[in-house]
Amino acid sequence: MPHNWIPNSSPDIKKELMKELGISDVLELFNDVPTEIIFNRDLSIGFGKPLTEYEVRRLFNELISKNRLSNVPSFIGGGVCQHYVPSVVKAILSRPEFYTAYTPYQAEIAQGLLQALFEYQSLIANLYGVKVVNASMYNGSTASAEAVLMAARVKKKKKILVSGYAHPEIIEVMKSWGFGAGLDIVKVQVDLKSGETDLSDLRSKLDKDTAAVFIQTPNFFGVVESALKEVIEETHKFDALSIVYSNPLSLGIFESPGSLGADIVVGDVQGLGVSLNYGGPSAGILGINDEKELLRQLPGRLIGATRTLGSDELGFTMILQTREQHIKREKATSNITTNSSLEAVGAAVYLTLLGSQGLKKLGEAILGRTHYLVKRLLNTSVAEPLFPESLYFREVSIRFHGKKASQVIKLLSSRGVSIGPALSKFYEELSECSLACVTELHTRKDIDFLMTVLEEVLEGV
Amino acid sequence: MLFRQAKWEEPIVFELSSFSKQTLLIDEEFANEASEALKRIPESLVRSSELKIPNLSEVEVVRHYNRLSQMSYGVDVGPVPLGSCTMKYNPKICEELASDPRVTELHPYQDEEEAQGILEIMYLMQRWLSEITGMDECSLQPPAGAAGEFVGALIIRKYHHDRGLNNKNEMIVPEAAHGSNPASSAMAGFKVVKIPTAPSGETDIEALKSVLSDNTAGLMLTNPNTLGIFESGIVEISDLIHEKSALMYYDGANLNGILGIVRPGDMGFDIVHLNLHKTFAAPHGGGGPGAGAVCVRKELIDYLPVPLVGFDGRSYKLRYDLSRTIGRVSWFYGNIVPIVKSFIYIAALGPALREVAEVSVLNTNYLMSKLRRMRGISLPYGENRWRKHEFVVSFENLLKETGVSAEDVAKALLDRGLHAPTIYFPLIVKEAHMIEVTETETKENIDRLAKAYEEIIELAYRDPQVVKSSPVNTSVKRLDVLVANHPRTLAPTYEHLRRLKSQEV
Repeated sequence: MPHNWIPNSSPDIKKELMKELGISDVLELFNDVPTEIIFNRDLSIGFGKPLTEYEVRRLFNELISKNRLSNVPSFIGGGVCQHYVPSVVKAILSRPEFYTAYTPYQAEIAQGLLQALFEYQSLIANLYGVKVVNASMYNGSTASAEAVLMAARVKKKKKILVSGYAHPEIIEVMKSWGFGAGLDIVKVQVDLKSGETDLSDLRSKLDKDTAAVFIQTPNFFGVVESALKEVIEETHKFDALSIVYSNPLSLGIFESPGSLGADIVVGDVQGLGVSLNYGGPSAGILGINDEKELLRQLPGRLIGATRTLGSDELGFTMILQTREQHIKREKATSNITTNSSLEAVGAAVYLTLLGSQGLKKLGEAILGRTHYLVKRLLNTSVAEPLFPESLYFREVSIRFHGKKASQVIKLLSSRGVSIGPALSKFYEELSECSLACVTELHTRKDIDFLMTVLEEVLEGV
Repeated sequence: MLFRQAKWEEPIVFELSSFSKQTLLIDEEFANEASEALKRIPESLVRSSELKIPNLSEVEVVRHYNRLSQMSYGVDVGPVPLGSCTMKYNPKICEELASDPRVTELHPYQDEEEAQGILEIMYLMQRWLSEITGMDECSLQPPAGAAGEFVGALIIRKYHHDRGLNNKNEMIVPEAAHGSNPASSAMAGFKVVKIPTAPSGETDIEALKSVLSDNTAGLMLTNPNTLGIFESGIVEISDLIHEKSALMYYDGANLNGILGIVRPGDMGFDIVHLNLHKTFAAPHGGGGPGAGAVCVRKELIDYLPVPLVGFDGRSYKLRYDLSRTIGRVSWFYGNIVPIVKSFIYIAALGPALREVAEVSVLNTNYLMSKLRRMRGISLPYGENRWRKHEFVVSFENLLKETGVSAEDVAKALLDRGLHAPTIYFPLIVKEAHMIEVTETETKENIDRLAKAYEEIIELAYRDPQVVKSSPVNTSVKRLDVLVANHPRTLAPTYEHLRRLKSQEV
């Protein structure tokens, strides 16, 4: 079955190659496979036969048109939100030298990719206020899991305290990943009035067995952890590491976690020029503030500057590979190999396009919209912010008065407005609550439309 | 073919901004609300540390990164014969369709009724990958191959745990295995037990027998193995493992060479991970994102990470009802974009997927046949055995006779516009080149690669210093790895580099 994606599949070329090998049938190359396990029918995959490019395009279009996107930018939150991806980012990431490259093992021929990743590390390190950031993890959830594993290794302790309002799926991922290492993941209660981590509960759970405290700000409920500095200071009193998960889009206006004393920072670049992608791919941020204790325990790839042999020209290469699985094997800091290089490059391009001024303005644009949504919610009788007194950023947790959130979400969706997720998905007791997220994409008209439809739906009009 | 890579002496992005003061335009529609809200931020949380992101105009950004791209190399530029990495050419149609906004703008918490298209694609992928691997169900959640391995190891751990067999704490891994196998096992809490490779190039079955015990939890194996040799004793191996109530784990990194010809399930494996980006045409992105998948036999379905995609005859749904699930290994549902690319690839090829294996193996042996005759090269292990997706040659003799190492040869290949193979792996072969040309290279390119090796070897015997001083046609000449890794000159960010520079002055 010759195919134009497989250049040597035409019979005459095959024959020529086989001549070199002294065989007359390609299957002779498989004569060491025991006959009883040879698969002797056609694979039942695809659509029964090879498709032409126009056939596959049509088929894909029919399938994908079953997905529905709302006309108004999506208000769905939950750790990732719809943001604008500039054309520049798309154009740069469409360069085949970037997207069809492999891991830059041969540094001399991959200088551009290496420099772009070095710039990513440098930009993110500055944004998060830390010394070193690796060249990316898969996403925010696995970066978080690797962060707590790293903390446990460094501190040689197993207890990890996690703020109860960190992203519930991040906590689940931490638990799965920590199973082998025997990590003890303990949730810290949340103050039900403010939606922030309860400092007194944190104090009561912190002890000499604690390896790290993990806190997310803004947290899963959209609330900014206003006592972040105190949380970090409390953590340090017990010789534990402070791990802070933050949204990079907030760091143009909020102080960087590293400057506030965080030992390990984590995050996800979704929103920094990376689309939603139905939850992935994105890239996970993982950085450290200490170059002695933590650097050699940092998992993942790291790019460093160097010079050429015998002259003094600047160049870039992967560094500290002796921590990695291909050299250290079972003693490696992690099993990670493939990471999210392309998305990391995309994030670097986006940050460069934004500039420090743009990032600050973007943070304000999102903060302003969040504030507007909160004000509107405070001024309606049908719903309210779950934590009316608190400061929100990008996402707002909402309580609908006397209505199930899952029902409200469906009704809104039928009117062309997407919000969610219903918080009962993660917290049974919050059946009347949902998240809504606002980004630079939402105009005043969009938010007003959301509120109008919400009022109509909740008033049963 | 003349090769000269671009060399731009491109400044680091922070150095570009001395004059420019531009930034991406952001609207100020909510400026009033923003200033109200800014006042509510506690003083300690207001950003006061300096944000050192350059402020550049659009054209400066575009030119900077385009120049960097010109100093990079991917499969669309030329062959990348990296063994075990399966760097095949990826059809453009896959790339284009997967960037449809109905894929990229879809939110993972969108109502399932509004995501029926993507869920159907995921469901079909679960079915197709099960058929390809000879398994019963697949989870698409692992965001990469190594994450898939980790999932497999966790399933093995939990499976034994649920049977009260907590003594099963040893994972057997061949010495020649990918480094991620022992690392994934260790992360899942296993003690790693190594077994050697026999001179035949296959797993040493006697050595395997000697390490088997009641503590054996499983065996991680790839077949064809990292030498490219098919483990012909696989049925016996799997019987031995199963007799110990242990599980067989298949590392799918090398699946490309046997697609449609022999399936891991039929060899006796219980769990399989796949690297969708290696086998099914999603580009590697400079090191990611890739996508993993884990497929298992019927008895293990309940252990898969949640959610799976189910179909009730009417609509597609995310399924969370697995009673013994190992939990989530990543948030949401996996790396959807590479999954979609792989879906389009499999949909387009259908049963012709088998041709991928046939031609990649034919190409491999064709190149090997040419290389093995060359002076200075030897082909350790498995005399007279065909290789499958890849083969490993040794330059030990060349090094002894000329002082030219495997790395020197690799760098000389770069000078000829060819990416080097994987070098110094597997660790059981000295001065190794692990070569995989895949099914997407033309005969002309394979001949070109052979010719390049021939030229380099000839040069090594004639004038080794020339080979040792390569590359010269790449953007930079050979880099100093010691300086890069020395604690005093380590520079993982621009800040480090600046500090080093200021110390020099």
